[in-house]
Amino acid sequence: MRRALFAAGVLALALVPAGSAGQLGAQLYGSNCISCHGPEGRGIADRGPSLRSVGARAADFYLRTGYMPLASPHTQPHRTTVRFSQGELAALVAYVASFGGGPRIPRPHPERGNLAQGQEQFTEHCAGCHQVDAEGGYVTNAVAPSLDRATPVEIAEAVRTGPYLMPRFSATQIGGAQLDSIIRYVTYARHPDDRGGWALGHVGPVPEGLVTWFIGIALMVATCLVIGRRIHS
Amino acid sequence: MKRWLIAVVVLVLGRLRRRPRLDAEGRIVPAGLPDRRAENLVLLLFGCATLCGAAVPVVYAWDAIPNQTQFLGLAFGLAFAFLSAACIVIGKRLVVTEEREEDYGAVNPDDQQALEQLVDESGDRFTRKRLLVLAGAGAGTALGAALLTPAASLGPVLDVSSLYRTPWRRGVRLVDEAGRVFRADQIEEATFYTAYPEHADREQMGAPIVVVRLNPSQLRLPPARRGWAPGGILAYSKICTHAGCAIALYRKPTFPDVEPGPALVCPCHYSTFDVTNGGGVLFGPAGRPLPQLPLAIDGAGELRAGGNFSGPVGPSWWGVRNHGARS
Repeated sequence: MRRALFAAGVLALALVPAGSAGQLGAQLYGSNCISCHGPEGRGIADRGPSLRSVGARAADFYLRTGYMPLASPHTQPHRTTVRFSQGELAALVAYVASFGGGPRIPRPHPERGNLAQGQEQFTEHCAGCHQVDAEGGYVTNAVAPSLDRATPVEIAEAVRTGPYLMPRFSATQIGGAQLDSIIRYVTYARHPDDRGGWALGHVGPVPEGLVTWFIGIALMVATCLVIGRRIHS
Repeated sequence: MKRWLIAVVVLVLGRLRRRPRLDAEGRIVPAGLPDRRAENLVLLLFGCATLCGAAVPVVYAWDAIPNQTQFLGLAFGLAFAFLSAACIVIGKRLVVTEEREEDYGAVNPDDQQALEQLVDESGDRFTRKRLLVLAGAGAGTALGAALLTPAASLGPVLDVSSLYRTPWRRGVRLVDEAGRVFRADQIEEATFYTAYPEHADREQMGAPIVVVRLNPSQLRLPPARRGWAPGGILAYSKICTHAGCAIALYRKPTFPDVEPGPALVCPCHYSTFDVTNGGGVLFGPAGRPLPQLPLAIDGAGELRAGGNFSGPVGPSWWGVRNHGARS
């Protein structure tokens, strides 16, 4: 859906004269980004990194997730409501991409992925921070966000870009097919097939252990009642 | 509970006291009929508990069997189940019980004597008291040995030299999961790689390492480690020095000016190690730095170890700081 909208945005941009799209992008950049990233994306020390050669991939990720614009450069960016229309987003991404030849927006194909391989790869590369159910976790000084609202394109962008404190993974570490499988697994993990029956909110072993304790205690009491004889006064 | 305690007391006292009470007069507890079938059952249950308890160290030591952990649990569980079944049979069918309706006096010597007599007489029904006590003691000993067995997993006690040994030495090449040799130009910044020594056992504690690349200007390595990071490529043990978990998190700042510095983080208890200064602990329960492996780039551009780790690999033990890592 988002990709379709984005494509529509790009199409709309292609139809209007190139000058006005560039103008819109530059105008939005000037009012939202320039205070930290500097004129023409050159970056400002202690405020924001250079955007030259980051390309459309990183710009699309940070803007589409609402990570940017960020109120203070000293806080971790997190998912917020996007304040730009689709057309504005596309213009801004195109403007940032025009700073230098960076990577384009990836086009993943999760439908081609293999779920089992995806779980394997996710466990190996991602679960350390995002937890095996992709519900997010922690690394010292930062939060690894939950992936329950990440779109396939955003996941592919994040894996290749490495936003904030996340390492980035090149195609030699996670190949295209493996990335498709990972995205398929992340999508699946939002509504997994709970073979055990009782998911307990997918929180993990603590509530499962608690339930086991209560069942175990009840069984113990029942056993005591069977083997003992009650003394009536 | 009271009856079970009495059963235990009876078994112990039965050994100590040889003097049988023959007089039928003055009894409190009615003399029970001997029940040899129940005694046989108790002996059988004690025997089974002994066998299961003894099986634990055997299964523990026998690495070749599949599903070793499950069999260990099964042996433990059955040993406890047989022991409790034996106690239930003793309590239900062998110890004669008598309920006293009225309260015992607080410090009445007569009541005290009556209680002793009651306990003494309750064991009258046993015909093979010593055999049963022996069987119970056997089951207890086997279970005790089973409970102590896992202590062997705490590691070597007398000769700890194996804990200092790693498969790395000067010239060993770095390979990935699939056995492909790492070339220095493959290592990119802002990401991390897991590597192993070529032709070595990967299950060894000292085998896996994490390889990262930083801009050489960011490095603040101690002077003694100059030349350990050619081209800004660094290698550290992948095993956390706190509890031995695999270090799976690499914290990589996108914009180092305002973000926390690059660090390796253990997912178990969040021990955080600074990669720029040789693995120093920034946060968390780890008590000593992450051991660093010196690297070198050979003429073919391939990564090789330049020696052994800066310190012993893995979780700490007594005397961990006495020696360095050995090949």
